[in-house]
Parts: sequence; C-alpha cells; structure tokens
Amino acid sequence: MVTDNPNTDPAFTAPASAAPPSRAPGTPDLLTLTDIRKAFPAVVANDDVSLSIKSAEIHALLGENGAGKSTLVKMIYGVLQPDSGDMLWEGEPVHLTGPSDARKHGIGMVFQHFSLFEALTVAENIELALPSPGEGGPSRADLPDLIREVSRKYGLPLEPERVVHDLSVGERQRIEIVRCLLQEPKLLIMDEPTSVLTPQEAEQLFETLRRLSAEGCAILYISHKLQEIRDLCEVATVLRGGKVVAHCDPRTESTQSLARMMIGAAPKPPDRDGAKSLGPVRFEIRDLSQPALSAFGVALKNIDLKLHGGEIVGVAGVAGNGQNELMAALIGEVRGDRADAILIDDRPFGRIGPRRRRVAGACFVPEERMGHATAPDMSLAENSLLSASRRMKLARSGWIDSAKRDGFTTEVIEQFNVKTRGTAAEARSLSGGNLQKFAVGREIAQKPSILIVNQPTWGVDAGSAAAIQQALLALAADGAAVLAISQDLDELFAISDRIAVMADGRLSEAVETAKLTVEEIGLMMGGHLEQAEAARA
Amino acid sequence: MIRLQTRGEASRVMALTAPLIAVTLTVVTGAILFEALGKPAGPTLHAYFIQPLSTRFGLSELLVKATPLVLIGIGLSIGFRANVWNIGAEGQLTLGAITGGALALAFYEVDSPLLLPGMLIAGTLGGMAWAAIPAYLRIRFNANEILVSLMLTYVAGLFLSYLVSGPLRDPDGFNFPESRLFHDAATLPTLMQGLRAHWGAVIALFAVIAAWVFLSRTILGFQLKVLGDAPRAASFAGYREPRLVWFSLLLGGGLAGLAGVIEVSGAVGQLNPSISPGYGFTAIIVAFLGRLHPLGVLIGGLMMALTYIGGENAQIAIGLPVSVTGVFQGVLLFYVLACDLLIHYRIKIGRPVGVKA
Repeated sequence: MVTDNPNTDPAFTAPASAAPPSRAPGTPDLLTLTDIRKAFPAVVANDDVSLSIKSAEIHALLGENGAGKSTLVKMIYGVLQPDSGDMLWEGEPVHLTGPSDARKHGIGMVFQHFSLFEALTVAENIELALPSPGEGGPSRADLPDLIREVSRKYGLPLEPERVVHDLSVGERQRIEIVRCLLQEPKLLIMDEPTSVLTPQEAEQLFETLRRLSAEGCAILYISHKLQEIRDLCEVATVLRGGKVVAHCDPRTESTQSLARMMIGAAPKPPDRDGAKSLGPVRFEIRDLSQPALSAFGVALKNIDLKLHGGEIVGVAGVAGNGQNELMAALIGEVRGDRADAILIDDRPFGRIGPRRRRVAGACFVPEERMGHATAPDMSLAENSLLSASRRMKLARSGWIDSAKRDGFTTEVIEQFNVKTRGTAAEARSLSGGNLQKFAVGREIAQKPSILIVNQPTWGVDAGSAAAIQQALLALAADGAAVLAISQDLDELFAISDRIAVMADGRLSEAVETAKLTVEEIGLMMGGHLEQAEAARA
Repeated sequence: MIRLQTRGEASRVMALTAPLIAVTLTVVTGAILFEALGKPAGPTLHAYFIQPLSTRFGLSELLVKATPLVLIGIGLSIGFRANVWNIGAEGQLTLGAITGGALALAFYEVDSPLLLPGMLIAGTLGGMAWAAIPAYLRIRFNANEILVSLMLTYVAGLFLSYLVSGPLRDPDGFNFPESRLFHDAATLPTLMQGLRAHWGAVIALFAVIAAWVFLSRTILGFQLKVLGDAPRAASFAGYREPRLVWFSLLLGGGLAGLAGVIEVSGAVGQLNPSISPGYGFTAIIVAFLGRLHPLGVLIGGLMMALTYIGGENAQIAIGLPVSVTGVFQGVLLFYVLACDLLIHYRIKIGRPVGVKA
C-alpha cells in the first residue's frame, strides 16, 4: 500500500487527450486532486483528500457509508464545490461549476440514488442529460434507436418509451448507465453499479467496463463489494472518516485486508449454527396470483411458499421481476379476493390489512427506507408509531403514549447502534446505513414471529450490513420465520437456509442453500428455471 | 449572482420567521402601492394596521371577523396536512348558515335554551353534508376534490339566494331578498355590552386548542400527517386512506358549517345573500399563513381579519378603493408561499468562495 504521489509537476501539462492511451507510469494524469477539503455545517466530509486517476485506469474508491465517498465524487462531477484544494483535469486547473460543465469536460456519472424524473419516459430522461441537437447531441428522432443500440451492446435491456414511474430500482439504474455511456465520457464514475444485477449481468458489465477502459476511458468505481473490486480494479483509494487512509493495488490485496483498511477491522462474518431444528409453519403463501400494480409492472403467478419458524428463506431475483408486487401483497398494502392466499399460523389473512397482520406476529421492512419504510420529515419517534404502535402498545385508545413511544425508539437506537442526534431527529437526517438499521431494528425490536424484509442491506456500508445480517440470524435462531428478498446473492448465501428465485412473477421452489451454486441461481434468475433444475438433478 | 442552496435539513428558525418576512414584504409593497395611488404611505398604513387596533370597537370587530376565519382555517389546515384539498369551505359555510338559519326561522319566537345549541349542530351537519359530496365522489370515482368542492360553492350560493328570495323571505320585508331577523333565543350572546364580539370567538379558541391536541396527541391526527407527508409510508403502516379522506373533508366541512351558523347567528342576525365576504376562501390563506399549525392559524386568522377591517377603515378615512383589501390578501399569500422557499433553501449572493482555480 504505497501512496502514489499526486502528479503536480508543471512539466506534465501537455494535453493528455492528444496522447494515445497508455498505462506507462509516465503518462500525465487525467484527473488529479490535491488536498481537497469539504465541510458541511455538522461534519467535515472530506479532509486533505488527494488522488490521481490516469486515462484508461479502473480506479476503485472504497469506504464505508459516511466515509466521504459520495461527497468526493459529487465534487469531481461538479455537483458540489470544494471549500479548498486543487483539481487538475488533463493537467489544467479546472473549476467545475456544475454537472453539465463536468459532462462538457468528459466526466460522466452513474449515481447510486437516481436523479430521474418519474413522470417522463426513459428517452426523455436521457434527452435531458444530453446536449441539444444544435450543440452536437443526437436528434429526438434518433434517440430511441441510439438507446436501444447502447442497451443491447452492453446488455442493459431498456425500453425508451416506458415511463420511469413504472420502473423498478434495477431498471432505473440501467437508464443512468446508458445515459452516461451515450456521452462517451473520458472518465466514468460508477457508484455501486452492480447492486441490482445478476452475476452474469455483473460480469457482462465488467466486460463493458474493461472494454471502455481499453478504449482509453478511465473509470472511478465505487463499491462495497470487495471481491468485485479485486476482480476489476487496478488501483484503489481507501477513504475512512473523510480522509484517505491508503492507496493500493487491490489485485495484490486480500478481501480481508481491503476490508480492514476500509473499516479499520475485518468484518465479522455472520455466525451460523450448524444444527438447526425447524419449527412449525408460521407463514404460508398459497397459490397467490395478483395483477400487476401498474401497466409495466409484473403480475404474480401462482406463488407458493411455506416459512417455518427458525429458518431464513431467501428470495433471489433481478429487480423488476415481481418483488415489489410480492412485497405489497405480503405486507397487505394490496389485497386480493382470496382470504387463504396468505396464512399466518394457519389463519387466513389474505384480505386483512397490515396492522392486523402485525398484531398476528408478522413484521415487514420494505425496500425503500426513505418514504416507504419511514416518513422522511418525521422524527424517529414518530416513525416508530408507523409500524409499532399496535404491537408495542405505543398508543392507548387513540391517544399516543409519548413516554412509551420515546422509550421504544431509544431502545431501537441503542440496540441497533443507530447513529443519530436522538429520537427527535428527522428520518431524512440519517445516513442510508443508519436509517436502514433503524427500519430493520424497529421491526426486530417488536419480537415478531415472522419477519419479511426486502433488500435488507441495499446501499448499506459493510459494518451496518454485517450488523443487520447478524440480527436477522439471531431472530431466526430465536424461532422466528424470516423471509429475505434480496438482489445480493452473497448475502442470501450467507444467511439463508433455503433460497427461492423470482423470475417474471413466478417463484421457484425453495431449495436448500447448501445444494445450490451461484451459477444455478444466475440461470434461474434469467428465467431458465427448468434448465437449472435439470442441472441440479 | 444570486443562487439558491439547499439547506439539507429544514430550518426551524425559518419556518417561524418566513411568515414574518412575508408580512413585512406585504407592508412594504402596500406602501409602494399607496404612493402609486397618490395616497401618503405613512398615514394610510396607520389607518390600515394601527387605527383599528387602538379602539375597543376595533378590537371587537377584529374578533368578529377572525372567528369564522380561524374556525374554517383550523378545519382546512388539518385537511391540507393530509393532502386533502378542500377549496369549497365557502360553500360549506353557506350550507351551515342555511341549515342553522332555517332551524332558527322554523322555531321563530320559540324561546327555548335548546334552540341555539340545536342551530350550531344543524349548521355543522349542513357543512358536513356539503363536504360529503366531494368526499364520496373522490373515494368512489377518484374525482378531484378541488374542483368538486369549489364548484359546489356556487351551487350553495345560488341555493341561498333562492331560499331568501322565496321560501325563507321575510313576509314583512318589502320583497328584499332577506329572511326575518332572528329573535333573541336564536342569537349568540355578545361577550361585552354594546360590542358585537360574540361567543363564537370562544368557540373558535376552543377549536384551536382541540385541533392542537388532536394533531399532536392522537393516533388519528398522526395518521393524517403521515398520509400527507409520505403516502407510501401511510400505506406501509396500514392506514386506510378512504377513511382519512372522509374524516378530513367532514371535519373541514363541519367547522365551515359551524362558522356559517355562528356568523348568521352572531354577526349578521338573519339570512341574506351576502352573509360572507369570502371567509371560506380567505381561510385558505389563513391556513397557509399559519403553517398549517393550529396556533399559527389563530395568528393568521387575526392578521387576515385585520386586513378586512383595516381595508374598511382606510376606505372611509383615506378613500382607498375597496378592492385594495383583496389585493392585500393576494399579495400576502404570494409572499407567504414565496418565503416558504427559505425553509429549505438559503440564498447565496456572489460566486462560490474558497476554491482556488
């Protein structure tokens, strides 16, 4: 882990774009940051950050949530301006006034939290980010074909005419990726791009990225998946607490050593008990079919699943294959006609709403922590009332018991180590990982007999993810039935006793994790259920 | 260069000071307007804002005007919190005045202590019934409650005109479109001898306190807030939206109807086509001026009442056109909404600093 000295020698100010892409050590840097500092009212997000990126290099930016990665890349992309420090682009000092300025310089970015207009179509959203036809951009008529071409080339299926509102998180991310690729950037910043892709799709994206890199495009790659970084990147900069703690070559590091640099200590792998005794069936989905929630949604088709006390069943699948519809049906936000489609402890709950399902023992954590699992502008204490008010008796005959409410909230904050100002802090003031710990903790603290959770650790730092996974395992060990819907296969393999796969609104049989390989699941996700079962037989 | 920068977290200080900035800007705009009309700004503003508050009579009139504004504003603000946009409070007020007033006229010269409470209940029910129409249409057919409630306002107004020129017309009234004057048992008692301020003001104050407790202490109030702030979180929690929409509209309609019957029984004393100078619409401004908070609505209601009586006073004392009152209220709403921006954004003047290029 030797630190590369940022190259600030004025001799290297020749226009780099004219030079052929080369990885020779003497190549002038594409981007050099020196002593960048950015402070917000409450926190110094970046302090003396220096790093340099060469053309054609795949450069990893590693760090936990809150380490300052987002702030740093927002400055590189012109969204934020540094308080102090120097930025050199192709050897010239540069001051980016905004994202459009950054794009003019050839910097593209795929955000983790998408900035898309929900009411517009895919093509319209992409058009907004491109220069107008008068300034060299594609014409409106050509755009759909261009989008189809790029999306086909890079294996990112996308329909230009669809409205973003109807798309899943995974599909929305594809728009962002295609939007950047259309601009043929010199530096592409990718924030957690693989979190919603199948292993095959991720591998395909890596191929895309390697090809882009071979064509001379530099890539700044942000990810929590250490294995991915070791496979893909040749240089890594590690941030911790807003400071650079290391520059290294991830290919020569182990996953453990990378993790240690990132969080200061190796993450504790989730503990698994070898022997397990299964309890009775606590939750059952019986032949559940349901029309799509929107015109472009996915209908659920004949879903069957039994959840036993004491086990964790994982549901794998690419985003947009009916997971949102399934979650809505399980929570009870959408209810069908058949009461026996959903059984809690053998009692029919198919036509009963979320509040009585909770009283019967089932708790839920939906995918979107901000706006769905929590009301962003309300305090954590108020957010406790959302799902815990009946089960934990935080209200008596219609009157809020504020002492009990605050007590319960404090318990969640302490038990799950949520970093916050206190019970009065607005949900939106928490970082993603901390809010997720709160959203999961709020349900687990209710001691449910059934927990159904969608994307338990999406976009959460490694430390918080491990804590959440540990809590799910502990809950199952205490006899609860847990259903985890996730696109992170590593996670499902780490915590699940059985895994089922969702594809096109159908759910496969749940198979014991030990008998499955990642490749089989990848096949099933692609819709090859039979092929995968044949391969296993 | 002026830029807007997000604050990240809503500013609590600004949430409170933004309405004050809006009021200040309104006064400054008013001063410019008066000068442009050829009236000296200083004395006109004095006649508008200070003079009415300097006499007992003026203060009493302030309470009379503020009573319906606060009552309706309370109901609307609770609905607005839940994203239920009842714009037709004026019509609900009219219906409340009709049902309550009709009861008074039906028991004309019957001296019963039950008549007045009966009228208040009838008025409330009348307003609720009128608000039930948009509620039903929204829940059943997903009809937009803004349009339905607004259009019903004009239906209510014409209905009142019909009644006072037909069935409820004063038989000794020389064919004027007015009802008889209510007798004493149907009139809200005044608070003080010789002044018009009546017990409706106390009812409005009670509504403020009740709404404040309701929103901060009850689960139902909390559910309404969640429905407005984060509808998907409300559905995750399992709150039943139809029930909350019904509740919001019936509450808003009921309070508007109550304001209507209080107005005819306390201030007007009869039914006639001009019982309200647009209280139901002005109350929308009151609700926003008060940040949709009950105590804010109380202050906002008093402020808007002041623009009414100040306008009347300036009309008499300085000779300003009566439409200035409407202009003032409109300007105030404009500034209130514009200043809301300051809660989530701060204004930065000049280039970004600290960057070495």
